[in-house]
Amino acid sequence: MWDYTDKVMEHFLNPKNVGRIENPDGIGEVGSLACGDALTFTFKLGPDGRIADAKFQTFGCASAIASSSVLTEMVKGLTLEEAEKITNKDIVERLGGLPEQKMHCSVMGHEALMAAIAYYRSKGKGAPPAVKSGKIVCTCFGVTDEEIRRVVRDNNLTTVEQVTNYCKAGGGCGGCKGQIEKLIEEVQGDKVRQLRTAPEPQPRKLTNIQKIALIQEVLGEQVRPAMRAHGGDIELIDVVGNRVIVAFRGMCASCKLADYTMKEIVEAKLHEYVSPDLIVEEETDSAQRPHNHQES
Amino acid sequence: MDPVIYMDNNATTKVDPAVVEEMLPYFEQWYGNPSSMHSFGGRVAKKIQQARERIAALLGCQPDEILFTSGGTESDNTAIHGTLAAYPRKRKIITTRVEHPAILSPCRHLEQHGYEIYELSVDRQGRLSLDELAEVLDDNTALVTIMYANNETGVIFPIEGIGALCRARGVPFHTDAAQAVGKIPLNLKDSTIDMLSLSGHKLHAPKGIGVLYIRRGVRLVPFILGGHQEAGRRGGTENVPGIIGLGKAAELAGAYMEDENTRVRALRDRLEAKILATCPDTIVNGDRQNRLPNTLNVSFEYVEGESILMMLNQYGICASSGSACTSGSLEPSHVMRAMGVPFTAAHGSVRFSLSRFNTQQEVDFVGEKIGPIIHRLRQLSPFVKTA
Ligand SMILES: Cc1ncc(COP(=O)(O)O)c(C=O)c1O
Repeated sequence: MWDYTDKVMEHFLNPKNVGRIENPDGIGEVGSLACGDALTFTFKLGPDGRIADAKFQTFGCASAIASSSVLTEMVKGLTLEEAEKITNKDIVERLGGLPEQKMHCSVMGHEALMAAIAYYRSKGKGAPPAVKSGKIVCTCFGVTDEEIRRVVRDNNLTTVEQVTNYCKAGGGCGGCKGQIEKLIEEVQGDKVRQLRTAPEPQPRKLTNIQKIALIQEVLGEQVRPAMRAHGGDIELIDVVGNRVIVAFRGMCASCKLADYTMKEIVEAKLHEYVSPDLIVEEETDSAQRPHNHQES
Repeated sequence: MDPVIYMDNNATTKVDPAVVEEMLPYFEQWYGNPSSMHSFGGRVAKKIQQARERIAALLGCQPDEILFTSGGTESDNTAIHGTLAAYPRKRKIITTRVEHPAILSPCRHLEQHGYEIYELSVDRQGRLSLDELAEVLDDNTALVTIMYANNETGVIFPIEGIGALCRARGVPFHTDAAQAVGKIPLNLKDSTIDMLSLSGHKLHAPKGIGVLYIRRGVRLVPFILGGHQEAGRRGGTENVPGIIGLGKAAELAGAYMEDENTRVRALRDRLEAKILATCPDTIVNGDRQNRLPNTLNVSFEYVEGESILMMLNQYGICASSGSACTSGSLEPSHVMRAMGVPFTAAHGSVRFSLSRFNTQQEVDFVGEKIGPIIHRLRQLSPFVKTA
């Protein structure tokens, strides 16, 4: 049972500014049904250039709804420059706190606000900005290095567990925890560096048998758990020189991972842990079947 | 706090007052060790024997086929590890994608240590296919472990058919019946089940006590080593009050079996009908024809389970959801996923599980509140286009 503040419960039970503004100046849509929470945030500017109205629609738990509701209250009357300075931390403060494992709800609110402002700025100037930028780190929840750096910076985070609570990264199979650690170190520098002493593994020259064994190990530990978490699986079919032939089973197409193809993710992992020369190929038979949830 | 309307009996149950009464003397008055060589302890041993007989009567088996454990999880682990140790040359386990973590976690752990784990799939109604099992059963299979009834949906599997296939192949068959015992009648004497797990706190006994039924003649290596208790099959001084409570709970379960399958079933059906009538875009998850009499799992499309539970909680209503919105597990339950419930519905799945302590008044109260709650949350949802 979550220990929610009275303020969270108030905004959950009586949310403010529910709905979607017709012809909004800014609109931000983040999250997805597949990942369990999603938010559509819209605003309209007044003649003075300040946010005159803001509305939200949220699919998610009590703290996701409360974070969205409080955000709409916070931005009203602000200029876009002022609104841009709001961080997820401000949302948490206005709610009187959130349980650690629910911090990602405030981050989602912040992301929607940023997306809506970016939408406004790019209007009439060609395509809206890309939803995600950076390199994917957490394959389970599709979180990029840029997103991780931002939550670490904004909330002064020092542990992987905190990062998971704030943006979900690392919360699936856990295969990316090492990378998250490095990102924390990169942002926080000396504050966390002395805590860690483990040496970097040395690059080594592999025999063919060692290479296959290592590929199996990386697939088993870094890739399969993430796939399983999404109801799918991966199988190593063959290794021919630097070509790694794999088959995917039963993956879901509607999750965030679909932004990146599975093949790219597997290849990135193998490059990092085995050898940068490897090329991943999908077994032709499995490529023909849709990577989809069984629905009958 | 306001009165609680408890409809989460698949998570745990109220200990029946008669069970508590039966246990109480064994804390302060008759606290002897059943293994002791004095009649003060011997008296306790006799009471344990009576509990064993009561449980055997509920299951339709022999008292010496009952092994007491610390609960469903230990029973499941004992069955798996004990069987593998008894058949060291066989390297495969067959189970399902919808088992409780008490089965799935040990299996996945064994997979890391070289065992082959085959997880049978289920269809959209949560049903297994016996054909798939027949296809994958082979001479390398050490154990088939398939739950009797699913904790989330209440779907009952064709256990005797599964057991018959296993027997024909000479493969031991274990079933996790934590959700079935006390809710539907069992008769292990005429059954193809070799091992069966049950958990006390699912049938109005306390938490931390369970049973592994082991058919006479089935090979099993002890899992917890220690003293000679439980005929050398599980070391450790017995959880005496727990065992005595479970014995009483088993006796009561037998007496209330009729009630569970008539009155409780009718209450569940009444709740189901009311929810379907008042909430559009709502689906019942799981095979309605083969379902525990107390369980109702419904998906309310386009809304998220935890927010439904929080709203119900405002009225003191306790239910549970297959969706657990923490950062680590924002995904719908593995059971909903295995059934291929679409994401629009899987996150909004709510389980109501009743017991003999529920009343029609409670069911009607829940039935009255749920419609407005779902309507309200749908007004908030970006996925409802016509709110
Ligand atoms: C199907 C099933 N198996 C096993 C268990 C675990 O039992 P216990 O809590 O006694 O360890 C439960 C309940 O949590 C269950 O529902």
